[in-house]
Amino acid sequence: MMQENIVKVGMADLNVTKLNGIIKTTGLGSCVGLTLYDEKERVAGLAHIMLPTSSIARDGVINVAKYADTSVPELIRRMERLGAKSNRLVAKMAGGAQMFAVGSSLDAMRIGKRNVDATKEMLQQFGIPVLSEDTGENYGRTIELQVETGILVIRSVNRPTKEL
Amino acid sequence: MDPLLNFPEFKLDILKEIGNIGAGNAATALSILLDKPIDIGVPKVKVMPFDQISNITGDSEQEVIAVFLAIEGAISGNIFFILTHRSARMLLASIMEFKATKESGFSEMEQSAMQEMGNIMAGSFLSSLADFTHLFMYPTVPSLAIDMVGAIMSYGLFEMSQLGDHALLIDTKFFDVQAKEEVEGHFFLIPDPGSFDKIFAALGVPSE
Repeated sequence: MMQENIVKVGMADLNVTKLNGIIKTTGLGSCVGLTLYDEKERVAGLAHIMLPTSSIARDGVINVAKYADTSVPELIRRMERLGAKSNRLVAKMAGGAQMFAVGSSLDAMRIGKRNVDATKEMLQQFGIPVLSEDTGENYGRTIELQVETGILVIRSVNRPTKEL
Repeated sequence: MDPLLNFPEFKLDILKEIGNIGAGNAATALSILLDKPIDIGVPKVKVMPFDQISNITGDSEQEVIAVFLAIEGAISGNIFFILTHRSARMLLASIMEFKATKESGFSEMEQSAMQEMGNIMAGSFLSSLADFTHLFMYPTVPSLAIDMVGAIMSYGLFEMSQLGDHALLIDTKFFDVQAKEEVEGHFFLIPDPGSFDKIFAALGVPSE
């Protein structure tokens, strides 16, 4: 049996893979885990998005994986290099929770929702349909995309596992 | 370049001292409340990449018990009091002399006790910081969550994440002196980036 190929994506990071195995990210709170998939070439990509837009960055050099507006085009570009076509890509996403009912600022509390909205806006710009999502609420999520099938598995603490 | 990575050593030492005094007061408050000696470790001041912060108890999807409070007033930031499942159980049993009432998970009373513990520690930590900086600050009401550590800690990184990919945190471990095993609790203070200058200015530390 072939050893399963596991690609892990950290916080404010993105990565791509193809053919088989899984691509995963753990402990999503207000961050959004965006997965893109090309079924024909079985190319999968995942971004762990932390903030909605790079315009709020206070620093010159930015980490493109961190922001919704910069990570979506980068993810597409990386997937195209593995043979994906952007017009075949479909999206699934999870995360964007509000973990606590209090926060240091309203902006900080609403960041999950803003991440989800900004990610969807970018997908719309690139004409990528969102097939399904499990976003919002107040709990953490670990997600993994099965590269052979494009099924997204979502795990949470004390909740049943979901498949999208 | 992440500005936190150039944080001078002497400023880190000042923050460590703040952590020391604050945590000392927090441990005293807890010790009075529980009528038991509570010991604290030497606080660590760390500049860490986000990824490492979300793995702070081993794995970012590890289930932990967390009490969260935001800091409001002249400075802002976030406080997390984090316990692993096992430590929370031991803490409730040995420190608070609670008997486990549920096979798994925590009863409402147990959660409330842990929340109050976080509240008292945060309150005494902040009041000592306020005393010596003469800055007005107070914690919000505490909230408790039992969830993945990565999901919880990332909630406190919003302000820092606009600046770079690192956060500075003051981490204090404390434990029950009489307990046979170490009850490991982490008390994290994550100041928002704009707050450092205010703290240093209040203490008369010259800015560069």
